[in-house]
Amino acid sequence: MSGKAIRGQWVKIHRIILNPSQRAPSVPEDTKKCPLEMWLNGYLDQDEAMIGEEVIIKTVIGRSVNGTLTEIEPKYAHSFGKPIQELLEIGPKVRDFIEQGDIDER
Amino acid sequence: MRDNSYASVMGRKNEIMKQAVGIDYSKYEIEGISFDYEKMMAEVGYSLEEVTKIQDETSVGNTPLVELKQINKLIQRISPAGKGARIFLKDEAANPSGSFKDRRAAVSVYEAQRNGYKGVIAATSGNYGAAVASQAAKRGLKCIIVQETFDSQGKGQPEIVEKARACEAYGAEVIQLSVGPELFYYFLLLLEQTGFFNASLYTPFGIAGVETLGSELNRQMIEKTGKSPDYVVVTHAGGGNLTGTARGLKKAGAAQTQIIAASVDLSGLHMASDRDFNRKSFTTGHTGFGIPFATFPDRSDVPRNAARALRYMNRYLLVTQGETFYVTELLAQLEGMQRGPAGNTSLCAAISLARELDDDQTIVVQETEYTGAGKCPSAQLSFARENGIIVRTGNPEDNCPGKEIVLPQSPRQIHYTEMDMKKIKTSYVKQAVKNYDKQDFSDTERAFMAQDLNMTVQAVEEILASIN
Repeated sequence: MSGKAIRGQWVKIHRIILNPSQRAPSVPEDTKKCPLEMWLNGYLDQDEAMIGEEVIIKTVIGRSVNGTLTEIEPKYAHSFGKPIQELLEIGPKVRDFIEQGDIDER
Repeated sequence: MRDNSYASVMGRKNEIMKQAVGIDYSKYEIEGISFDYEKMMAEVGYSLEEVTKIQDETSVGNTPLVELKQINKLIQRISPAGKGARIFLKDEAANPSGSFKDRRAAVSVYEAQRNGYKGVIAATSGNYGAAVASQAAKRGLKCIIVQETFDSQGKGQPEIVEKARACEAYGAEVIQLSVGPELFYYFLLLLEQTGFFNASLYTPFGIAGVETLGSELNRQMIEKTGKSPDYVVVTHAGGGNLTGTARGLKKAGAAQTQIIAASVDLSGLHMASDRDFNRKSFTTGHTGFGIPFATFPDRSDVPRNAARALRYMNRYLLVTQGETFYVTELLAQLEGMQRGPAGNTSLCAAISLARELDDDQTIVVQETEYTGAGKCPSAQLSFARENGIIVRTGNPEDNCPGKEIVLPQSPRQIHYTEMDMKKIKTSYVKQAVKNYDKQDFSDTERAFMAQDLNMTVQAVEEILASIN
């Protein structure tokens, strides 16, 4: 896939909302060092743009927002994760206990 | 050109809120810390009948009450003779967007529509976002959800990423921020710029939305068992869940039912810390919200919080992350119900509690939430491991938030730890002293604190004396 988006294409933009120096006084030290950042998906509202360019998008509710183009056709990367051995053992062990009797109890 | 700096916008907070919520809170102020809570709830909230009608319009509520027959059999096996209360589960995941939050959103979005707002905004990383987005879709209003999603490495909490996906699926605009309480500043700015309604979690009508949960479960328990439940266990974070359920139970006449709060213990983790953000496996239903909101409810976005948990909370039980993941697996494997882990916090506490109670007593666990990618235990535990958290089976007492998640080896190892209610109420009073910058409270104020803490005025005075 090319790094170029065209008008109307679903994209993700990024923007800095507050620089570290502008953060609230109450935040802990590690947070204070970071800027407050924003990410938002929308439809590219110009003829074309490359990743890294300043662009304007139209959000799904029609608002115009500007930011840096970071992803074209942004995907959802969350998953069901890997199988966890410690979880997989729970069901059979408890069913055994219900059907047969005592397991290694504390 | 308006000054949109942090300080300036925060300075305009009250005017922005007034426009965005449509409530004149000053009407209810009495003196200092004291305000007329019940008057506010009566005037601004809705009755049970009105809420039921509103929720019927958008298919919210009337969720199943499930007797957990297999889990109850298990509890009997691991309890002494004559002990082992029965647990019933209110399957709130059956609501349109998958959680009890639909009840609150239903009333908030109704309110927005009734008052002619073109859209709603909610600041939430949780299920409430999806609930508001879903209700906004049903009523034809625009919706913006503002979340705290990513740490400074750009790594998103999978559970929150899933919520964003859900909100986008319902047609909402989702704004995702990095870690920090300044989300509130940005939220205020958006309210000002759009003129949308603030679908706050903490308005009287929002809390009224949860009251039907209490009255419904009471009716269902009377049908099934002939009486109101002896205990209702409620996952506690911001306090709305507990407040609404307790008020609904009281309105339904369940005067003897004990209200038990339950939270996942995340002590040791800082909620505004960039580093700690992705070191937790629960993004709600935990002590990071539960304790601050119990001890200082008016920290809410609105000037006076309708969610006032200590008014109704009889006991506060804590469970570990490991135990709650274990119980989530039990619910799926023994009862054939796949539900999200955070929503099982109260089930986890209930299983432990049930073993101490007589076998003719009943407990209702009053919610479940949907599950899926990013939310389910395998997703959360994989993510935890990727972030350097040790995940193992062992003694749940070894659970250490941010370091180790330990799943029990057997159901016998599930044990709640109990918060000292006196200590929490003392913290509330200490907060009041700090916030109002005084130690001498008037009779009116002390009476208010007594109500807010479900204590006698004398008990409040004893606490004040002890901290002076």
